Amino acid sequence: MSEFFTKNMARNIYFGGSVFFILLFLGLTFDTIRELPKRDHRENITEQVAHGKLIWEENNCIGCHSLLGEGAYFAPELGNVYKRYGNSKEAIIGFIKSRPVDGIEGRRSMPQFNLTEEELDAIAEFLKWTSEVNTENWPPNIQG
Amino acid sequence: MQYQSQAVAKPYFIAALSLFVVQIIFGLIMGMQYVMGDFLFPEIPFNVARMVHTNTLIIWILFGFMGASYFLVPEEAERELESPRLAIITFWVFLAAAGLTVIGYLSVPYSTLAKVTGNHLLPTMGREFLEQPTITKIGIVLVALSFLYNIGMTVLKGRKTVVSVVLVTGLVGLAVFFLFSFYNPENLILDKYFWWWVVHLWVEGVWELILGSILAFVLIKTTGVDREIIDKWLYVIIAMALITGIIGTGHHYFWIGTPGYWQWLGSVFGALEPIPFFLMTIFAFTMINKRRRNHPNKAVTLWAMGTAVLSFIGAGVWGFLHTLAPVNYYTHGTQITAAHGHMAFFGAYAMIVLTIISYAMPILRGRGPANSHSAQVVEMWSFWFMSVAMVFITLFLTGAGILQIWLQRFEDALPFMVVQDKISIFYWMREGAGLIFMIGLILYIISFFVKGKDAPEVVEV
Repeated sequence: MSEFFTKNMARNIYFGGSVFFILLFLGLTFDTIRELPKRDHRENITEQVAHGKLIWEENNCIGCHSLLGEGAYFAPELGNVYKRYGNSKEAIIGFIKSRPVDGIEGRRSMPQFNLTEEELDAIAEFLKWTSEVNTENWPPNIQG
Repeated sequence: MQYQSQAVAKPYFIAALSLFVVQIIFGLIMGMQYVMGDFLFPEIPFNVARMVHTNTLIIWILFGFMGASYFLVPEEAERELESPRLAIITFWVFLAAAGLTVIGYLSVPYSTLAKVTGNHLLPTMGREFLEQPTITKIGIVLVALSFLYNIGMTVLKGRKTVVSVVLVTGLVGLAVFFLFSFYNPENLILDKYFWWWVVHLWVEGVWELILGSILAFVLIKTTGVDREIIDKWLYVIIAMALITGIIGTGHHYFWIGTPGYWQWLGSVFGALEPIPFFLMTIFAFTMINKRRRNHPNKAVTLWAMGTAVLSFIGAGVWGFLHTLAPVNYYTHGTQITAAHGHMAFFGAYAMIVLTIISYAMPILRGRGPANSHSAQVVEMWSFWFMSVAMVFITLFLTGAGILQIWLQRFEDALPFMVVQDKISIFYWMREGAGLIFMIGLILYIISFFVKGKDAPEVVEV
């Protein structure tokens, strides 16, 4: 780099640029937080949905599945599983309940988590709520 | 070694490399589970193997950053470390926390671990990369505080250089953004929004400051180029990292319930994010060309060039591939992300830690400025094995990702598991490349035990 571009100029771009973009990011975050209630239908986060999220977390579902495209890619996307299963909570519950303890020979299989009826209902409610968030039409189709 | 207290870096580097080995073993297990679904089931389900794989990665990189700081800060500050004793205590606390957490992952079901550690009191578990029990997270914060105090005081009381100030800025940022891991609201969308403040603002933000300053330190030492020139480059690189990377967070806010304007912001700034990595490549090669000394440690120069190139390809090019919203609409949540993640992490963060280890370890072990020629030859072979294997892992996962998108999201809209079966040949090849990587890693470990005649001294030219 030439003599014209000094170390001080470089430092000023670093400081000035960082401060400007941090402030811009905070502003955008503020706006996003204000906009979110219109998109995340938080009025429908019941105690059951919140409990479902905790069950989701405490069984590390994200370790195999993705949720709204984030997570692991070893097992199907679950952000839209409620819709993929024909808008049926029962289908989701039935699937989780019926996983064999010792797996399926030669194939990937979801572990048997031994969830109670109440926990199963909560997780299904959580997945139903998730499927109804405004995600700008993602995923591209029902397969996730 | 110029300062006695630099010696505390050694256990940090050894711990980093040990966890690196654990990480790769579990990577191979997961790779196997991709093609033989019942491998080790139900003893080690995929999600457990993945936690171990990703968490040991993060922890070994952190050990590496800490070791790097304890090594380079005394030299930069021109004084002994504030408290070498505290650094050693911190080391054992961190190692114990990491060890117990991994044992916890492997020995009991995750839900039991959550119960035993009282996750319901302050639920922070079960989110990708932040799976650690809350108590471990608190431990990490304490370790970070003790570490920052030690490094911060050393810098404050000593000579302040651009390298050390940028390094400390990056480390403070690392600690501050980790605090967002404690924010886990019931609203999944808010949770996801701030989860990225840990994940993105680490790897595409403040970690780049740490990467840049370690690279600058190594280049100063090995090339003898004037500090003024290197400082200027460092400022430009980190300026571009933050100018592009902060709003670049938006490329994660396309499809998770956040407003549509992030598609524009994330695409534009995401597309600019390769710039700092490209500058880093030019920086490393220019400095090496302008070198005013011939350093006998040839391996460290190879690692420095390697990290400069592979971080640009992995983080820069492979990141750009799927950062534009219309592309990301199809690639989001597929093997394309996995491909990018592997080479970006290896090229940028694994390799910068291996670079500083390559530079520091001969000195820490009292072998002079470099290992013997024969040890360096083995080390350089390991470089090529690991780097080439990682290139192929990335290419195979990219192939898998393209096919997955075509079959699952375009042409026939086939179900996920049907598609996974159809593309399994790519997963087999990825596992093969993974084995080559493991051979490279074994060679690397062996290189530490190769003796031979001492390497020549540094020659100023």
